[in-house]
Amino acid sequence: METKNVELIAHLMRRAGFGATRTELEELAAQGYEATIDWLFNTEKDDGIEIDLARRYHPDYSGGLGMAGFNAFWLHRMINSQTPLVEKTTLFWHGVFATGYAKLAQGRVLMDQIEMFREHGFGDLPNLLVKLSKEPSMILWLDNNDNHSGAINENYGRELLELFSMGVGNYTEDDVKEASRAFTGWTVANTDYMTMKARNDSLWPYGRLNLHFEFRENDHDQLEIDFLGHRDKSAGESVVDIICQQEATAIFIARHMYSFFVADEPPVPSWPYTPPRDPKAIEMLVEAYFENGYQIKPMLQRLFQADFFKDETVWYEKVKSPSEVVAGVLRLTGEYDDYDPAMNAEAGSVGVMGQSLVNPPSVEGWHWGDEWIDTGNLVERVNFASSHFNDVTKPGVRQMIDGFVLSTGGHASPERLVEVCLDQMGAVQISHESQGHLVAHAARDGSLEVNGEDAGRRRVAEMFQLIAATPEFQKG
Amino acid sequence: MVSTTEDKKLVVVQLSGGNDYLNTVVPYASGDYYDFRGSIKIDPEDVIPIDDEIGLRPGLNSIKRLWDQGKVAIIHGIGYANPNRSHFRSMDIWHTALPEDIGNEGWLGRTTRDLDPKGENVLTAVNFGRGLPRALGCRGVPVASVGNLETYGLFPDMQDDDLRKFALDTFSKMYGAAGAGGPVMEFLGQTGTDAMKGADILRTAVERYQSNVEYAGNSIASSMRDAAQVMFADLGTRIFYTQQGSYDTHAGELATHQKLWSDLDGAIGDFVDDMDEHDAADDTVIMVFSEFGRRIKDNGSGTDHGSGGVAFLIGNSVKGGQYSYYPSIKEKDHLEGDLRFNNDFRMTYTTLLEDWFGLDAVPIVNGTFEKFDFFANGNGSNGAH
Repeated sequence: METKNVELIAHLMRRAGFGATRTELEELAAQGYEATIDWLFNTEKDDGIEIDLARRYHPDYSGGLGMAGFNAFWLHRMINSQTPLVEKTTLFWHGVFATGYAKLAQGRVLMDQIEMFREHGFGDLPNLLVKLSKEPSMILWLDNNDNHSGAINENYGRELLELFSMGVGNYTEDDVKEASRAFTGWTVANTDYMTMKARNDSLWPYGRLNLHFEFRENDHDQLEIDFLGHRDKSAGESVVDIICQQEATAIFIARHMYSFFVADEPPVPSWPYTPPRDPKAIEMLVEAYFENGYQIKPMLQRLFQADFFKDETVWYEKVKSPSEVVAGVLRLTGEYDDYDPAMNAEAGSVGVMGQSLVNPPSVEGWHWGDEWIDTGNLVERVNFASSHFNDVTKPGVRQMIDGFVLSTGGHASPERLVEVCLDQMGAVQISHESQGHLVAHAARDGSLEVNGEDAGRRRVAEMFQLIAATPEFQKG
Repeated sequence: MVSTTEDKKLVVVQLSGGNDYLNTVVPYASGDYYDFRGSIKIDPEDVIPIDDEIGLRPGLNSIKRLWDQGKVAIIHGIGYANPNRSHFRSMDIWHTALPEDIGNEGWLGRTTRDLDPKGENVLTAVNFGRGLPRALGCRGVPVASVGNLETYGLFPDMQDDDLRKFALDTFSKMYGAAGAGGPVMEFLGQTGTDAMKGADILRTAVERYQSNVEYAGNSIASSMRDAAQVMFADLGTRIFYTQQGSYDTHAGELATHQKLWSDLDGAIGDFVDDMDEHDAADDTVIMVFSEFGRRIKDNGSGTDHGSGGVAFLIGNSVKGGQYSYYPSIKEKDHLEGDLRFNNDFRMTYTTLLEDWFGLDAVPIVNGTFEKFDFFANGNGSNGAH
């Protein structure tokens, strides 16, 4: 197999999924890049995920209470789903439309929102935004239940424009008010009872109830809206339609996509003042958006097929998010190919590293890039990987060591040890400096002989631990 | 020794899950208390009285000893307007000091920035426990988070000391050389180097620590012991944060609550003794808080989420006594079934920030709040109005 080819597929799988093992990479590379893209975008096929089993192993997920079981199950999907791009795109939308448990204390509605992204995240943006506006989680998160005819609450109207579609500077304060007016009466059914229930907030004996969207016509401001220069019927759908026709929206979504899937951009608040890292790429994505009736999937297809994506200058130009670190390591160790309550602790590690899923720090979502890293969570990242690669009996670790033996015949110089270990971890590339330090490290014990006994195999695993500790491994 | 504000330290103990105020500081003279608490109650003969009306729950022997020495301030009825009974949201409010908005800067993160504006000391604030509480989160402010001080650092899974040292050496070389790879690599390199530095310094704390105090083996005692080791190593740490839980006693409250408070009482007692032995007690104040209290009426086996709660300030510099007042337990005074809060938690924060740390509290707690006078040198009130 041509190395460059495998490395390109590895890049694709880090971005369109959560990484891939050496074996998977070889299979995909044998089919070729185009076939891999087709496989990724075939979202109709069985994803291999069994919800009934997840419910048994994560009863709190089933009960819709806290988020621990749900996050564990999501992590299981990231590792095992046969449609990894669906999971990655779901995570993408969760970052853009960040909604959090901290304010809601309602598990089920958040699970529903994430499931909605999974189902509609590739479809057309107007549909996605209307569905989002009807999610009880979003209604409560941004106070649209307090948005009444004659007494508007602008929170949702504003964030819809500022954080979910157009970005600041592309609308006026009047537009915010008009958008808010159009969403009056979009609320949660049976609020009084639900509020009482939330106040009592006892899990016993019935657990928390699910919430439902309700349109209250008598609380809806019927007066025609004057929004972004359009006069239209007062309706949330009209606002969304007008938003989706805007070039600002296409650019905003394109920049998010570029930053999430291609290379780290600075955070959103600086976008009005900082041009895109690759303006041509944004242009291409914007074109795809308008040519295909505001569909998300064609934008992503164009992205992954574009030269700007394949170009080596964008490889490793993203700092991995904690979920990418954890899912990536656990894909390699292969210890979670089945449902397992122990996954709760692994999902907890994602939170400890700074990305509590379904509980973002604010409606702005997580800041990405080097903001993922501080002294505390760098230690967590390195130790997480180290403690997962240190057991030579784990199926994935065993497989990587077997692959190592197969490639080297069991004899390797320090240089070769490092080189083949990097390859076994998913065609990973690191700087010459880091590689040099790893070789020096390996040289302490001289050339390696793996004769089937544990000592040699442990030295290989030790090299996996050190590779996972490199600064480069924090990027993907 | 004349101490200056530069020596002042704050130890925060967070009781996660919502501590039951009524069964912590017990209104044992109140018939209403026993009426509403049919089963989840502390009998009058078990209470450790501090006056004719209220007393401490059984097991709080160290806190009682410190109370008798005039070193414990009880802040009654602490909370905030429009109480939220979600753990996450309410804890968030305490952490960000923002009851009405979603904030992303922790009040102690901001405090750390003000205490060490140039970020010269990576250990100005240290959390003892895994993962950083939002109270300490603030962009650009380095904060160390220590799960277990003895094994703190990189590669704790490597059992062989020699192997680990060698791995650390390689780590240090790789991160030291990363600067050449562009701004992100430079940042990564610096962070890795800082993390190593923090870990190296913290390890010396364990080596240098000597004490006659023997802490218990439970988790809050270990955390307090870790905090003591860091404190006595003089690393410039000003904020120590730890938590204990879960106080979310919906069921089986009596046994759980007893265990948690006994552990905590022992840990606080040992920690104070340890500080006395190391001449650190005058410069340290401990704050104990929880995100909310619990319902007045029990549910038969435990209690559900409530609002108004209690906080404690403990230390040699604290003017012992009761601050504000115990909220009424009479049914007509309930707030949706809960004790009505009567002082904003940001009054306590403001007092700590201004009268202890000598900082301007307004930008940290997002507003101007009246102060208590629980510091002998302070100029606040006792809030009993």
